[in-house]
Amino acid sequence: MWQALRNELRNELHSKGFELVTVGLDALGSDGCAAFIEAAKPEHPSLIDRHHVMAEHFGITNIPQSVWIDEQGRIVRPAETAPAPQRDDAQPRFSPPPEMPPRVVEMMGEAMKIRHDSAAYHAALRDWVEKGAASTFVLSETEVIERSRPRDSNVSLGHAHFQLATQLEVEGHHAAAVRHFREAHRLVPDSWTFRRQAWSLEKEGDGPLARFWQGPKAEDPASWPYAGDWLSDVKREGAENYNAPFVP
Amino acid sequence: MLLRSLTIDKSEFEAGTGWALKPEGACKGDVCIPLSSRAGTRIDVASVAKDMALPLVGEPEFNLWALGPASVGSHALTTAEATDFTLPDVNGKEFRLSSLRGKKVLLYAWAPY
Repeated sequence: MWQALRNELRNELHSKGFELVTVGLDALGSDGCAAFIEAAKPEHPSLIDRHHVMAEHFGITNIPQSVWIDEQGRIVRPAETAPAPQRDDAQPRFSPPPEMPPRVVEMMGEAMKIRHDSAAYHAALRDWVEKGAASTFVLSETEVIERSRPRDSNVSLGHAHFQLATQLEVEGHHAAAVRHFREAHRLVPDSWTFRRQAWSLEKEGDGPLARFWQGPKAEDPASWPYAGDWLSDVKREGAENYNAPFVP
Repeated sequence: MLLRSLTIDKSEFEAGTGWALKPEGACKGDVCIPLSSRAGTRIDVASVAKDMALPLVGEPEFNLWALGPASVGSHALTTAEATDFTLPDVNGKEFRLSSLRGKKVLLYAWAPY
């Protein structure tokens, strides 16, 4: 449903010189993304990023995050949480059916605590589309750079390990990929996309929840190859800290 | 960026890293990093990586290397100029960011997991 609301927003703003470009971050490429893209029937460019160049070039660390780019190709807001549009009459977002495994029920419970400053974000976006450079949400070049993700030589090294891991996975060298994903997690501990990508490749069964399990398998927890998993990491860091608040 | 060889064309290096190799060095926006030797049409990746402090890791057994992004300035961005990346759509058709010059663009990252 969030894809449909996103399309509505794009179609509302498109006639005002605006375009939405969605980028699916997934080492599995079309195999991972196509079903979602085809269901959304996008009229905007909808791209696939197997090696997370969005992280390399823009400092994306979680999804959904967005970057605002003006008519001259200049970033006017760096990567920040971009919540899906919400309906005014939003119903409670999720009530788990009784057959859900307990882990998934617990994950959904944590997910419901995640902060979404959707109204503030979309008001800002509409303001920018209307007013352009005069919008108060447009940041100076200095602010854009300073608000972008901190990056030292360790973080940079972690990006190299991560990209290597995605290509090793593509080529079927899973054990080698895991080694480099682990290095990426150690070196860039605050990237949720680096973690979620790796965890999602350890599928639990082949049903619709396979890639959302993101943690030790029920029958064989000892085989889990990573230091963290979605549920443990969210509980440790606090679901309320999962997304940074919108800062005008 | 991913590499199949440690000697690559200048254009491949520029497209992959977003840094242009000019007589004054490797440049992005207003920032230039001096290089120890002037870049020709073929690039010795290890040498340029050392000059730019880009980490290089590899699995030579699989003929595969990866070059980490620059950390000059201690931020993901060194300039507000957006890197002009190219990525495929679901049908494999390549799309270039700069094809939307003249429009406001919301670049939106999502994932199916």
